[in-house]
Amino acid sequence: MSDALPWLRTLPPAPRYILQGPAAALAAADTVLGFSEPHVASRARRNARASVLWLGPDERLIIANAEASTTTTNLEPLLRSALASLPHSLVDVSHRQLGLQLSAAFAEDLLNCGCPQDLSLVAFPLDMCSRTLFNKTEIVLWRRGPEEFQIEVWRSFVPYLEGWMREAAQDLG
Amino acid sequence: MNGWRLQSGGRIDRNRPLRFTFDGQSYQGYHGDTLASALLANGVHLAGRSFKYHRPRGIMTAGPEEPSALVTVTRDTARTTPNLRATQVELYEGLRAHSQNRWPTLRHDLGRISELFSALLPAGFYYKTFMWPRVAWHRLYEPLIRRMAGLGEAPQAADPDRYAQQFAHCEVLVVGSGPAGLAAALAAAKTGGRVILCDEGAELGGSLLWQGGARIDGLEPAAWAAAALKELAGNPRVRLLPRTTAFGYFPHNLIGLSERLTDHLENPPAAGARERLWQVRAGKVILATGAIEQPLVFPGNDRPGIMLAGAALQYLKRYAVLPGRRIVIATICDSAYATALELQAAGAQIEHFIDLRSVEHSPALAKLQTAGIKAWGNGRVQGTRGFNHLRSVDVARVDGRGNIVAQARIDCDLLLMAGGHAPSVHLFSQSRGKLRYDETLQAFVPGESAERERSVGAARGIFGLAAALADGAGEAARFTVSDEHTLSTGVVMSRAAAATPGPKAFVDFQHDVMLKDLDLAMREGFRSIEHIKRYTTTGMATDQGKTSNLNALHHAAHELGKPVPAVGLTTFRMPYTPITFASFAGQARGELFDPVRRTPMHAWAASEGAVFEDVGMWKRARYFPRGREDMHAAVARECLAVRERVGVFDASTLGKIAVVGPDAAEFMNRMYVNDWSKLAVGRCKYGVLLRDDGFVYDDGVVARLAADEFHVTTTTGGAARVLAMMEDYRQTEWPDLQVWLTSTTEQWAVIAVQGPKARETLAPLVDGLDISAAALPHMAVLRGTLRGLPMMLFRVSFTGELGFEVNVPASHGQAALDAIIAAGKDHGLTPYGTETMHVLRAEKGFIIIGQDTDGTLTPDDVGLAWAIGKSKPDFVGKRALGRASMQQADRKQLVGLLTKEPALVLEEGAQIVATAGQRAPMALIGHVTSSYASATLGRSIALAVVKAGRSRIGQTLYVPMPNGDVPVEVCNPIFFDPKGARLNV
Repeated sequence: MSDALPWLRTLPPAPRYILQGPAAALAAADTVLGFSEPHVASRARRNARASVLWLGPDERLIIANAEASTTTTNLEPLLRSALASLPHSLVDVSHRQLGLQLSAAFAEDLLNCGCPQDLSLVAFPLDMCSRTLFNKTEIVLWRRGPEEFQIEVWRSFVPYLEGWMREAAQDLG
Repeated sequence: MNGWRLQSGGRIDRNRPLRFTFDGQSYQGYHGDTLASALLANGVHLAGRSFKYHRPRGIMTAGPEEPSALVTVTRDTARTTPNLRATQVELYEGLRAHSQNRWPTLRHDLGRISELFSALLPAGFYYKTFMWPRVAWHRLYEPLIRRMAGLGEAPQAADPDRYAQQFAHCEVLVVGSGPAGLAAALAAAKTGGRVILCDEGAELGGSLLWQGGARIDGLEPAAWAAAALKELAGNPRVRLLPRTTAFGYFPHNLIGLSERLTDHLENPPAAGARERLWQVRAGKVILATGAIEQPLVFPGNDRPGIMLAGAALQYLKRYAVLPGRRIVIATICDSAYATALELQAAGAQIEHFIDLRSVEHSPALAKLQTAGIKAWGNGRVQGTRGFNHLRSVDVARVDGRGNIVAQARIDCDLLLMAGGHAPSVHLFSQSRGKLRYDETLQAFVPGESAERERSVGAARGIFGLAAALADGAGEAARFTVSDEHTLSTGVVMSRAAAATPGPKAFVDFQHDVMLKDLDLAMREGFRSIEHIKRYTTTGMATDQGKTSNLNALHHAAHELGKPVPAVGLTTFRMPYTPITFASFAGQARGELFDPVRRTPMHAWAASEGAVFEDVGMWKRARYFPRGREDMHAAVARECLAVRERVGVFDASTLGKIAVVGPDAAEFMNRMYVNDWSKLAVGRCKYGVLLRDDGFVYDDGVVARLAADEFHVTTTTGGAARVLAMMEDYRQTEWPDLQVWLTSTTEQWAVIAVQGPKARETLAPLVDGLDISAAALPHMAVLRGTLRGLPMMLFRVSFTGELGFEVNVPASHGQAALDAIIAAGKDHGLTPYGTETMHVLRAEKGFIIIGQDTDGTLTPDDVGLAWAIGKSKPDFVGKRALGRASMQQADRKQLVGLLTKEPALVLEEGAQIVATAGQRAPMALIGHVTSSYASATLGRSIALAVVKAGRSRIGQTLYVPMPNGDVPVEVCNPIFFDPKGARLNV
């Protein structure tokens, strides 16, 4: 891909983990990460330490907050020790995928060029997240604002995703 | 009147005259015209030649149902669109259109000769005549038939235009913007939900655009439509889509829309898309698709100058074109009465008005007679005359018993047919809604809905302005309609009784199917309408029988002596009107057709001059030619470098799955054939995965990283399907197991370092980690760092040499590779690609899934029975392996082949026979799966699967090739270092 797209930005690297397990393990992780309320389905939540995205009843994507370097350094050992006695799977995927920030007035329409979900604010409100498709690429889509989405995508699919968005954006305002 | 154009009226813009050409002849039209209306304004009716008999055909309709006036519109050699309906082509300055299926010209077509033989070309002719000799079908008959019978020609050049695709959601989708659709859209918009209103026309408004006279809430219909559309356009939750055809109704209210963005423009913007394919998920769908007027069946009903009555009215009111000056009208319903008066008022002479029904003394007929029109009830059309244009019509009047009591030949230039209106139930039927037969309309109307859908207005047989508006609006609104004088259809005469047999009485105008073809099909024993349709091809043209299905069905039902609903209706299929292939392809062309995946070290391989190959979606370096090396030379050099010194290989594309949880070992035991219980932490094992039918599905090295953690590798192409299969079993078969799966394929960059100098190359880089044979034996794994980068180091080999696979986080792949290359310099380290990897593993007899296996081979077939954990109670495929057929002695087995001529490399895929000199059909006993020139061995080698192959070791078999049989000796598939001495150092 040649020119950078002003409305599509690659986010800085951050530690990422896929946590899977029964409710007890997910709750233990919540406690370590500082979340006390139950996690609402299909929603992302964030605090100073991390963002946690609900991917399924037994699956979470944890993105450590890259700016808070001291806490993130300690995040993995903290999680591992909290989970040690509980059945679970915690897998480091920091290098598997990238986060892209899509920020444009036409963000919904652009995503709808390849994603079949209803992305209106009513159907896909702030902080909703979904593992879905953009054409032939699996993505995790997370609404960060009325016109802003974070897209998590496996690294080798980034040129395809960017290429599609560059192409499709030509037909949008 | 100027030519056939009226001085005033219509929705054309007389201030914007346009020049266009048809078959090279220049004409003038106006902005707002279609090609059809502009041609008619110039007195041109002859628009094309028919499909089979090359009969001259004219413009029969004013809409998407047009069967005859199909044209090719050309912008340049690449932008040429055949088979467009002239009735839907919008005029622009400089438009170039051509007629089709004629040679050398439309007026003088040599193909017309086929009509002389029409008696010899009955239905099913092709099936009966062109059977023998069989070989002539491809070489002679089919090319000839294709040239003679056909439509326009597809352009040869690649399509340079762009095509967009878009998903959309709305609470209400309204298809059709006539009175019912517009009223429904207004009502839906008031509820506050998202509304999409689409219409295939250039201008929204449907029949409101050409219904004169009446007033809606005091406004002309067109003015009322404009006000309604303005209101809708001002609502941000309403999307108006003109030039947009709803072509397909898919489950759960998913509707396919095709929006034409630039075809109507003289100068389409360079960057913009030509079409947009919408996939709309609607909470509710309102089908306001209107109705299609049906033609009448009588001898010679296909000449240019014969048109549907409603079409003539539309040309008059919307385009200010009088399609003829001396008009005969034939009808079986009420709607044509008003049309006759409108045309008369516009200056035409109505020469004769014929109602086929017994309506001699009806007030409506009397009203026409009062207006000076010669009007008959109980009429018949017996024939027509005129070659390239209609000249006269033979009409008759019959008595109650069908005897002719009066006859006349009427000179005229236009004959109008009013065969009643058939509701456009295409989308409703696609939605699996049940159709109901309406005797009054002699047509099908929507019955019970299957989706959240509502048909309104003419689409469900509710005709008339006031009725349609009220039906569309539902409870939501009331409209005051005054001065409506459009008569509703009334009681339509039996179509079967109305059909007049005789020569050239066409039912399907686009496929040239006549009444007598239907009769022939029934005489030959066809009873089902589906069979009659296929035998005669009626309704199978690009118009899908919009103007022919009903007449064919009624005739068949009558002849078979069954009620129409009992004979049934053929299936309505998408698309409603033809959609371009490019629209379905959308942006998924070239680089965007499929993702192209590249490894973290791709740029390095490219800079090293690698030649890449596609493996699944991945680009993999196949070989690294130096100087003028060809592949053979490069691979030979790379192979020797690995065997003699050390090679480096990017193995990042291997699939990787983290299998984690307390039940991970149990899960692995159930999935793979191997026994994992005794695999120690830090050790690896070659795993074999079967499908439940017992055949080899995938393979790969599996490492146990912890008691509850396995690192599973898969083939490059198998990564996604293996994970999906595991997830399927985990979630549906064994939800009790506490184990979870995560793809880590892209988390790790994998660098294979293989060869006798591999340990010496890596030792200085691993930050003090002991990688001696004792600390890291073959099939073991250690965690550590490589120059400070976190690393998993596997001692594994797919080459047969001392080998390691360095796994580092993907972002560090290039840095790790750089370090390894620098360290390997003194050891002669050489990059190698997948082709070298293939040769090296073949020398060792290691199989590649999908190359040496084909989905029909068991572990034993490919020599992997040793991998099966014998004491395990079960694993995927175990039960299938127990079947008798899986243990037969003559199953194909993996063996090696050595050609008697060492330099000869066999062709992969070549067949194998037991004895020389066989003639086809030969007794084939196997085939070559892998074949290479081996630099290591100085000769060719091949892997093959051969029936009872292991029992044939030492025997000579033959590979039959065009130049003769190639003798080969069957051998053990391990060609090099069979004891594995080089591995365990």
